[in-house]
Amino acid sequence: MSDPVVSVRGLRKTYGQFEAVAGIDLEIERGEIFAFLGPNGAGKTTTVEILEGFRSRTSGEVTVLGIDPARGDAAWRNRVGAVLQESNAEPGLTVRESLQLYSGYYLEPRDIDETISLVGLDEKADTLAPQLSGGQRRRLDVALALIGDPELIFLDEPTTGFDPSARRTAWHVIEGLRQLGKTVFLTTHYMDEAEELSDRIAVIAGGQIVAEGTPGTLGGRNRMASTIRFTLPDGTGADDLPPGLRALVAGDDGRVVTLTTDTPLPHVGALAEWALGRGLDLPDLDVRRPTLEDVYLELTEEPA
Amino acid sequence: MSTPASQGGVALVLHQARFDLRGFIRNRQARFFTLALPLIFLVIFTGIFGKDTVDGVPLKLFYVPGISAMAVIAASFINLVISITVLREEGILKRRRATPVPAWVLIGGRTLMAISVSAVSVIVLLLVGRFGFHVHLPARAIPGFALTVVVGSITFCVLGYAFSTAIANEDAAQPMVQAVMLPLYFISGIFIQPNALPSWLSNIAKVFPVQHLAHGLQHGFLAPTGHGIVWSDLGAMAIWAAIGVVVALRRFSWLPKAATG
Repeated sequence: MSDPVVSVRGLRKTYGQFEAVAGIDLEIERGEIFAFLGPNGAGKTTTVEILEGFRSRTSGEVTVLGIDPARGDAAWRNRVGAVLQESNAEPGLTVRESLQLYSGYYLEPRDIDETISLVGLDEKADTLAPQLSGGQRRRLDVALALIGDPELIFLDEPTTGFDPSARRTAWHVIEGLRQLGKTVFLTTHYMDEAEELSDRIAVIAGGQIVAEGTPGTLGGRNRMASTIRFTLPDGTGADDLPPGLRALVAGDDGRVVTLTTDTPLPHVGALAEWALGRGLDLPDLDVRRPTLEDVYLELTEEPA
Repeated sequence: MSTPASQGGVALVLHQARFDLRGFIRNRQARFFTLALPLIFLVIFTGIFGKDTVDGVPLKLFYVPGISAMAVIAASFINLVISITVLREEGILKRRRATPVPAWVLIGGRTLMAISVSAVSVIVLLLVGRFGFHVHLPARAIPGFALTVVVGSITFCVLGYAFSTAIANEDAAQPMVQAVMLPLYFISGIFIQPNALPSWLSNIAKVFPVQHLAHGLQHGFLAPTGHGIVWSDLGAMAIWAAIGVVVALRRFSWLPKAATG
């Protein structure tokens, strides 16, 4: 039984009257990819900056790799890597030179060329860092955070503002960190990113953790009803449906009908039997469980 | 495996200075303002007014050390204020502080870079003065001149760290340093021979460190004897350096101002 890599109890941070972080608890185990999900201004970056040792806290207990980050020394910084939300390239240095500079800061750095390969910048190794594209620069940030061979890596909104293909590439790099056995603390406001990458998700809204779980179970998603949606063929109405299905109708605008159920399969079967029996097709038939996005929007909805 | 971090503080400062120097050399704007501009001023001022005399002394004897003072300030103060503001606002200082590198290594490395650039710039000016305009620095005054360059460079580096705390963003850095330095160049015996100024203006100039650097460097060229050290000038610069340290310690931040507002 190893100690948690990150342990947070009752963390609070207030700025005057404003409570940015209102008492949160977190525990992250070794080797976990943990996603901290929340809308802008929810307290994500404040929390991460406290964990990184950049910000003081108002109250609560925090340990990162067994050390209070407010008192983190060089030995501790040798074990932690950080990709900050806003940090630009080293001016006047190439990709390889940037990594040489940072590698010198550490006692046991990783191999520079191997790290460049890991983030897929081999062909850009001798390009001046400020000339890289946004996505490439972010991958250099990951390489710089990785060069000290840390046990724990913070990634603060690593793909914000990226086009879809740059995001895919960045995800691939982050997946690579799992193979290296690193513990990753990822903040993001993209649910698909959290779902794709993480083992566990905590959702923060208004400075509080409103849900925590695996991507499959977050917010009781695994227990939520599925929806069956289809467009009624011409000449039929919702009233024509068999009684067993009529009872499930949650929405009906005269054309598109939505049914909700915890047990979708038998009802899809009944629907198919009904349609086939009448020689009808339901070309846009759609059965879906709530997406993580549905759950997330519900969880982080501002009270009206 | 041996890394600069495992070889101790000096190795780490040299490591940092080496990369800071490389970044400086690749920056066209920094090269121009730090190295080319003083050279242009030297050629213009000495070319136009160098043969004029005041009290029997040719003005070129003021211009070579005076423009050298300007070069030290450009390589130390101006170079540092601009580069530190950029590094801070771009989040680069913050990222470096997320590594184990100690703060004094980052400060020491950049200061060492600035002193090296000051030294090279002054040597180039002295050579141009020597072979272009027949201005000789007497051998006996070389140690005092060199000491004054180093003390001046350290002083203006410290003041650069202190002054950078007053700069809100990258765009403001260049105009702000010029707004502070240009008037001081005019009243401190760099562009205009000090005896040509009204005494009240000279007295104002003596409050600031620019005059003391220029005067300290000019002494070696003008005094008929001695080692070229003016202790009162070094002392005045030391006081300014002390003020700079206090301000920097109280106000210096590694984090972008824009984000912490």
